Amino acid sequence: MEKITLAHGSGGTLMHKLIDSLFMKEFDNAILRRKKDSAVFDIGRSKVAFTTDSYVVSPIFFPGGDIGRLAVYGTVNDLAVCGARPLYLSLALIIEEGLDRNILEKIVSGAKDAAKRARVTIVTGDTKVVERGSCDKIFINTSGVGEIYYDGLSLDEIRPGDAIIVNGSIGEHAISVMASRESIDFKTKVKSDSSALNALIARALAISKGIRFMRDPTRGGVATTLNEMVERRSFGVAIDEKAIPVSAGVREACELLGFDPLYLACEGRVIMVVSKKDACKVLGAVRKDVNGKKAAIIGEVTRENKGKVLLRTSAGGKRLVGMLSGEQLPRIC
Amino acid sequence: MCLGIPMKVVKIDGDEGIVQAGGLKKRANFTLMKTAKVGDYILMHAGFAIEKLKEAEARKTLKALKNLKI
Amino acid sequence: MKYIDEFRNKKLIDKVASEIRRSVEVNRQYNFMEVCGTHTVSIFRFGLKDLLPDNINLISGPGCPVCVTPNEFIDKAIALSARKNMIITTFGDMLKVPGSYSSLEKERARGADVRMVYSGIDALDLAKKNPGKEIVFLGVGFETTAPTVAQSIIAARKNKVKNFSVLCGHKTMPEALKTLTEDPRLNIDGFLLPGHVSVIIGITPYLFLPRRNKRCVVAGFEPLDILQAILMLVKQRTPKVEIQYTRMMNKNGNALARESMKKVFEEYPSVWRGIGAIKKSGLKIRKEFSDFDTDKKFIPKISKPKENRACICGDVIKGVKAPPECKLFGKLCDPEHPVGACMVSSEGTCAAYYKYAGR
Repeated sequence: MEKITLAHGSGGTLMHKLIDSLFMKEFDNAILRRKKDSAVFDIGRSKVAFTTDSYVVSPIFFPGGDIGRLAVYGTVNDLAVCGARPLYLSLALIIEEGLDRNILEKIVSGAKDAAKRARVTIVTGDTKVVERGSCDKIFINTSGVGEIYYDGLSLDEIRPGDAIIVNGSIGEHAISVMASRESIDFKTKVKSDSSALNALIARALAISKGIRFMRDPTRGGVATTLNEMVERRSFGVAIDEKAIPVSAGVREACELLGFDPLYLACEGRVIMVVSKKDACKVLGAVRKDVNGKKAAIIGEVTRENKGKVLLRTSAGGKRLVGMLSGEQLPRIC
Repeated sequence: MCLGIPMKVVKIDGDEGIVQAGGLKKRANFTLMKTAKVGDYILMHAGFAIEKLKEAEARKTLKALKNLKI
Repeated sequence: MKYIDEFRNKKLIDKVASEIRRSVEVNRQYNFMEVCGTHTVSIFRFGLKDLLPDNINLISGPGCPVCVTPNEFIDKAIALSARKNMIITTFGDMLKVPGSYSSLEKERARGADVRMVYSGIDALDLAKKNPGKEIVFLGVGFETTAPTVAQSIIAARKNKVKNFSVLCGHKTMPEALKTLTEDPRLNIDGFLLPGHVSVIIGITPYLFLPRRNKRCVVAGFEPLDILQAILMLVKQRTPKVEIQYTRMMNKNGNALARESMKKVFEEYPSVWRGIGAIKKSGLKIRKEFSDFDTDKKFIPKISKPKENRACICGDVIKGVKAPPECKLFGKLCDPEHPVGACMVSSEGTCAAYYKYAGR
């Protein structure tokens, strides 16, 4: 009997296979088939985006954030990358019995602060308490709705020659969370990049009609997001290792643990595909945002290497970057 | 096999100590490299310091490469 | 000097690469084997093959300790993980490696307490913190790792920790190299020898290689190290053992580390996944330390390990056969259901072939 393993939830190939073979098959419909970060559909005369996500991060507090903030930002970002203005969120809590009330209060105040920063309102919620051991301290689910203000962000719009922009240095969320866990003991100054991107995205969309597609590289990191983008498409992507912003702290942790920063999760980063003509303009706009100071053009869409992601390495060589297969684990060899 | 990285020794207390690479700090065991001192760079593998790095040799290697005549 | 970025300098990389191109004889093929898995990862990660002339062929050898760990070892770890009050601790690398019927990752999903650690000492600390539990540490790795595990066992004895033991699967390099070079079909001109293993064992154990007409260079792991070592291999006319990695190693190795290894372990014939048994190529825990030997302490019972006889990893590792020549390749054996060592490691020859269609 096949069992579901952690790898099925880590954003890599196994998860995609599970989605395709089970959920897509059973719930098949036109909206789902588009596989966007949010479902986009019409209600009456308005076009809305709707999304949901669950947060099970351990530990629940980490440098740069907490599970409450993450739950708000994550859903806000999934709406924003679809060209929607995030408006209303639900917040559902599954709490393990025995959790200190002041911890719950801290998480709720984190979510409140995050909602204020992202300018969204939490309008409904749910609370369940489960027996000790049935969950790890607290799990949160948020759903969100937003109003589409920029229609037409789609993988179908991507053209060879388009530039690929990322709004800041990658992998900081993953390293900060890992360092806060007890299992691998190391200390780092890296803080999670967890943040709301709706203001940054609105800024970019306001100045350019050349933005084709956006996605936030959460689980599986930039490498996985780019692979999702090119999968079964008639174009490829070439990125330049030297152009990809990686902070010294993330680089050091990657050397120690044998990780590739391209596969590390981000929670405040977005990949934008922009027409070549508008790339510099959009980059300039993104850099004006507080979450975009280190934004960079990291590569381009290519006619060659259809369906593949090619990396020009810092040493001058080339290699293909695949989708994450299972979880990334610390190596000693 | 055998991922190892150079890290700087910042503290030694008996068999154990702290090593550092940039902003990253890690506990290290020194029972396999007893001559390491604070300020030295060591090779860190699986939680142990297993060798000391030689700066003069590193410079010699780089110099030899720089002097390659193309 | 921080010893990392200095050895990734693009200008110097270009310089060494063009010197390699200039130094090769055009109408001959050079087959070099990088023995060590970390070399393979580095070559792949920096795309170094692109920088080399077409007539230099790099072959990935048997140097990923996790990949050459046979099914039996993992089967034992899995059998132990089913016991009450048992915590299996392991380096992250081991989690996904398949045994005959399952992997530790899958067993963890079924409820087994399997935890990742960075060091044998971390596993020992876990034992101190959980006196009611038995901590089993999976000792895998070559001569670089084995002394660290030996030290963990010595520390356990010193601190009188009773609930810590090591399932020993350590392997050693020289006999494996000997076995490789005994195959008359082996078509290798030279070896890129493993830098970090050599930090411990020095160069003496390799001296038989030049006598078998193999060029040898002990190399570090940064792009400049690997390229310089390849340049040295190309230029080496009379086979000998040279050291490129002089900043890190002494030609005599680390005697202290070897002593602690000798104190705790003894040599025995070990089975390599995809290759088979090689005499004196493994380490087992000496009698004097049997209270820390998982095999002696718990005598794990397993059904007969299932090895797929059709797997030709041994020949792929030797560079005698290419992955598509294997009956299992892409059918029964793929990166998510690997059968042999070359598919287990994401940079193994078969895995790379599978992903990049022969690239």
